[in-house]
Amino acid sequence: MTEVDYAVDDDTIAIVEDTTLPRRLKDEVYATLEDRGDATVEDADELAKAVEARYIDTRVEPLEPVGTVSAQSIGEPGTQLTMNTFHYAGVAEIDVTQGLPRLIELVDARKTPDTPMMTVYLENEYATEREKAHEVVWNIEATKILALGDVSTNVADMRVQISLNEETLEERLITPDEVAEIIEDNLGVKAIQNGTEIEFGPEEPSYRDLLQLVEELRDITFKGIEEVSRVVIRREELDDGGEQFVLYTEGSAFGDVLEIDGVDASRTTCNNIHEIHRNLGIEAAREAIIEETNNTLAEQGLDDVNVRHLMLVADIMTNRGEIESIGRHGISGSKDSVLARAAFEVTVNHLLNAAIHGEIDELDGVAENVIVGKPIKLGTGDVDLRMGSINPGTGGQAD
Amino acid sequence: MRNSTPKDIGSINFGLMEPEEYREMSATKIITADTYDDDGFPIDMGLMDPRLGVIDPGLECKTCGKHSGSCNGHFGHIELAAPVIHVGFTKLIRRLLRGTCRECSRLLLTEDERGEFRDQIDESRKLGRDLNDVTKAAIRQARKKDRCPFCGEIQYDIDHEKPTTYYEVQQVLTSEYSQRIAGAMQGDEEEGIERTSPDELAEETDIELSRINEILSGSFRPRENQRKAIEKALDIDLTEEDTNKLMPSDIRDWFEAIPDEDIEVLGIDAERSRPEWMILTVLPVPPVTARPSITLDNGQRSEDDLTHKLVDIIRINQRFMENREAGAPQLIIEDLWELLQYHVTTFMDNEISGTPPARHRSGRPLKTLSQRLKGKEGRFRGSLSGKRVNFSARTVISPDPTLSLNEVGVPDRVAKEMTQTMNVTERNLEEARRYVSNGPEAHPGANYVRRPDGRRLKVTEKNCEQLAEKVQAGWEVNRHMVDGDIVIFNRQPSLHRMSIMAHEVVVMPYKTFRLNTVVCPPYNADFDGDEMNMHALQNEEARAEARVLMRVQEQILSPRFGENIIGAIQDHISGMYLLTHDNPRFNETQALDLLRATRIDELPEPSGIDDAGEPFWTGYDVFSELLPDDLNLEFTGTVGDEVVIEEGQLIEGTIAEDEVGEFGGEIVDTITKVYGNTRSRIFINEVSTLAMRAIMHFGFSIGIDDETIPEAAQERIDETIEDANDRVEELIEAYERGELESLPGRTLDETLEMKIMQTLSRARDNAGNIADEHFSDENPAVVMANSGARGSMLNLTQMAGAVGQQAVRGERINRGYEDRTLSHYQPNDLSAEAHGFVENSYTSGLTPREFFFHAMGGREGLVDTAVRTSKSGYLQRRLINALSELEAQYDGTVRDTSDTIVQFEFGEDGTSPVKVSSDDDNDIEVAQIADRVLDSEFASEAEKEEFLGMTRQPTNLSEHADTRFAEETEVPSDD
Repeated sequence: MTEVDYAVDDDTIAIVEDTTLPRRLKDEVYATLEDRGDATVEDADELAKAVEARYIDTRVEPLEPVGTVSAQSIGEPGTQLTMNTFHYAGVAEIDVTQGLPRLIELVDARKTPDTPMMTVYLENEYATEREKAHEVVWNIEATKILALGDVSTNVADMRVQISLNEETLEERLITPDEVAEIIEDNLGVKAIQNGTEIEFGPEEPSYRDLLQLVEELRDITFKGIEEVSRVVIRREELDDGGEQFVLYTEGSAFGDVLEIDGVDASRTTCNNIHEIHRNLGIEAAREAIIEETNNTLAEQGLDDVNVRHLMLVADIMTNRGEIESIGRHGISGSKDSVLARAAFEVTVNHLLNAAIHGEIDELDGVAENVIVGKPIKLGTGDVDLRMGSINPGTGGQAD
Repeated sequence: MRNSTPKDIGSINFGLMEPEEYREMSATKIITADTYDDDGFPIDMGLMDPRLGVIDPGLECKTCGKHSGSCNGHFGHIELAAPVIHVGFTKLIRRLLRGTCRECSRLLLTEDERGEFRDQIDESRKLGRDLNDVTKAAIRQARKKDRCPFCGEIQYDIDHEKPTTYYEVQQVLTSEYSQRIAGAMQGDEEEGIERTSPDELAEETDIELSRINEILSGSFRPRENQRKAIEKALDIDLTEEDTNKLMPSDIRDWFEAIPDEDIEVLGIDAERSRPEWMILTVLPVPPVTARPSITLDNGQRSEDDLTHKLVDIIRINQRFMENREAGAPQLIIEDLWELLQYHVTTFMDNEISGTPPARHRSGRPLKTLSQRLKGKEGRFRGSLSGKRVNFSARTVISPDPTLSLNEVGVPDRVAKEMTQTMNVTERNLEEARRYVSNGPEAHPGANYVRRPDGRRLKVTEKNCEQLAEKVQAGWEVNRHMVDGDIVIFNRQPSLHRMSIMAHEVVVMPYKTFRLNTVVCPPYNADFDGDEMNMHALQNEEARAEARVLMRVQEQILSPRFGENIIGAIQDHISGMYLLTHDNPRFNETQALDLLRATRIDELPEPSGIDDAGEPFWTGYDVFSELLPDDLNLEFTGTVGDEVVIEEGQLIEGTIAEDEVGEFGGEIVDTITKVYGNTRSRIFINEVSTLAMRAIMHFGFSIGIDDETIPEAAQERIDETIEDANDRVEELIEAYERGELESLPGRTLDETLEMKIMQTLSRARDNAGNIADEHFSDENPAVVMANSGARGSMLNLTQMAGAVGQQAVRGERINRGYEDRTLSHYQPNDLSAEAHGFVENSYTSGLTPREFFFHAMGGREGLVDTAVRTSKSGYLQRRLINALSELEAQYDGTVRDTSDTIVQFEFGEDGTSPVKVSSDDDNDIEVAQIADRVLDSEFASEAEKEEFLGMTRQPTNLSEHADTRFAEETEVPSDD
């Protein structure tokens, strides 16, 4: 018998433990009985029964086809979602895919979302001091040459000249030496650096090479993460009345960001479920799917959709330990039954492959049984009634 | 037939068929391409041979002796003059050719490699992965081998020319070898290559000089090793590609020699699917029942597409054989072979890319085997997963507020057609006879009777009287539908389970189905011409399930959000609002009139006596009559005030949308969860009837005058808009002067757009506020908006104030001509007017330009809806398909039909989404229950037992049992 930390007698414990109540409710029953002090065993029995009756009443009924119900509960509001791809998310000036396209993207388990983004939370002083927060920003946002200074081409001498802006360099914590070095590494040219002026050119004078160099120069990421094109910093209120800085990024590189000093890895998230899966594992990915679908629906005022439906979808997508999409390339395509697959999409190919591999359809699922005209094994189709198991003479009643 | 035990399919095995098997199952060999002779009789051994089954009524099948309808048909076969490739397997054939030895046909993998792939295949099978991935990897590995590890034969590359031609690509000595060698021996001074003399070459290659000379003169072809030596010595390539076409017969021979254990490495079931069976030597001919011909009005027969295709195949087959016997040249034979291959290919799939589809005389592509299976209308989705059914009806729907929400009004002509089977016993004999004696024309009549021996007799006007006499226990009577029968009712699109519900029949005159308006939300129905489907249930099990699980009252709570989806709508809400908002008084007649369609037949104590000494009843008291006596509730209502209900009496608050409405009306929700579905059904029915009475009592109408505002207000609105225009002008000027500061992360243009949008939307709101000031709370549009019955204050703003900015893709309207929206404006005009700001209200009327911009915005909405329905429909289909197998088990887990656990507890806590709405936790208030149980406030033992959940609620399966139920649960009124 389990340990009970409440001052109730053993008979009561026996009675309460005998119910099907979950731990939380059992404890609540004990607490209530303890508070009252004067409750008898009969009282306890009645209370336990009453609570149990209510508890059982709210549980899902066995054999209920919860999958279909969940699918309908997510699919039906789909007709009410907007098609408008871009909508301004409540937060920041960052465009995020919303509505039906986003929902489809999630359910498809696309490798990269249409508009990847991250919400980066900061820790300690980084979250409270603007300077410190900016430090993190420069470590995340990809800095391109045009942000650092002016680039000009001297056609007469066949040279590319960069005059760096001292202020921005200082702000972004990068020195002209470093800039020159990065240019040399990336372009394979000899760069002459003189204070904030950097000059270089093609080995042999060629107008085409010169332009080519300028093009390549523009693509170099001098600081920050290549994938992140923009970071927006926002001051947000905390529950306790304090304030913190939060970064919103356009583009995502979840793994890289978590490594950066000052980033609070425990709260930082990203809207690419595959990145979350790679960096934090399948359970986190499941949580991310629930969170993202829920946010997508909530954004359109459909936050009343029960999370349990979203959980079920997330659970089936992550059931095999990797993210599977819903549809022909994922769950529906990997079903055991040939008929179920053939009835969904690419009918003929599934039948031909089945023949070659000598597959056997055991007719367990729903779609197959509909096809062969048998009752499906869900709900009332999953029970059999046996007649005459109770002798009518004794007046016994099945309960 | 009638009492034979139905057979049950246990499992289905898939595999290829052996030619011999085709011959065995064949009823006849088909040799002539003709179908019918001049007299219209099918030709023996022709495509319509009577041994293949019958389609014309009255004829007898020569194979099984059955008549059309019961004979399923029998296959025939065609002996193909030469083997042809099955198009479905072209990829696999290519793989096998590439992966097996051209000489000994063994798989080009060493024993170790085989073991590895065998393991991979087993693993993939176990995990349900795609076997083709392993096959592909194995073939890739095998292709790397230059020589067969078993017989040492050199392997050549296989070229596949889609769809069905294969070539072997060999490197052979080029025909210009002598020239090339000579050329190379010349050397090249520019490149600094020296001349080579024949002596030097002979020395270097170890070939006799005379041979070299012979080679150089072209009279001797160097052997392979000689060729290589020369190539090496002179650094040249003497080969050219030679392609050798593989005929299907060659491929068949090749495949026949592949050992069973070798193909099993590739995941192919050797037992059931030998690779050589992918090359057809016999073609099965589908039974005529699968390709029925139709007789046109003019007596001409029109054959099915498959028959046309088979005719082509037989013709070419015949010609092929004749030509071969006559010893025609190889070229002609090959042409015919290709033609035969084409016809067999298109017989199986007529949508192969790269091959012109076979066409009908009219130019329409033929619908052959694969086209019959594919797609939405194909065999799988169109005929197997979904079927057409009998006992169904479809017609327009119209509203009927006098019906209960459980009921549906069924037109009498439908009721007379859709019958229910009555098993006649001693007890219902009289009743059954009455139905039969009414005949098929009078309403509760019967259409057919079935005698115990299985004979089915049609009841006619003439024989009904005599037939009624004959009816005995043990007969079956197909009687008309009557009031109280249960039927299934559905409106498409069936997006959730509430789209298909069971209703009780009420037979009515006229031609439409009638519904209570409160069931519109779950069906998403309106009465602008919507049609709905009805299905009459045909066995007791189905009827019982429909009554217990599918009846409308069982579906009041939606599993999507766990609150009621059925509740008062539109005018009901306005009516309740009028009844309770200012708590008006009613005299006795009025109060009785309000309640006359409910169960309440006696008024409660009057709420008070008015100045004239007459008793009066308040709106609160009238409404409270409908509430359960012990209902206690307190929450913030629609209008923003507190709604307080104590002991079934409304104390405070206005009853409107959030109280009794669809989609989570608090009172309806609570009654359903606490008092059960039946009580809730009664409440919803009564609220809607009371509301209808109330709205009729007060009178409610809306017209254009209700949205017209005084001159002064209009002037103020104009001023506001003028102001906004000025401010926009200022913004534009600032922008042009370059003084506008951009917002963080936005360009200057975007900033300007955003600021203009903000200014204009504020202007619209201000206009709306001004208009609002002039509307009293009694204004019907305001009543509807406030109560939540229909419309919003925004709609009112647009009607009376200003319509506001029109948007396309979330921006001001920017499309049209170059640099301007319409030719009425200067290029690059950024003003509000030029980009779709509508200053006018709907009542004042839009200018032509405004109207055009408004239409642009409206069009976007329409396009959006059209695109959305198809996208979300597909999303829904995929979701359903992926989740359809999941079921909650007795142990609380969620598993699919192969018993894989998906969740250990549904939704992490096992709570049903129907019973608990998403925003609350599953809170069971133990303390409250304890107060109730332990302080024993129960009036009787029975009440206590009920509270403890020991008594079962009576199952109330029919509306007709209502009165009894209502008496049991509560006293009808408070007196």
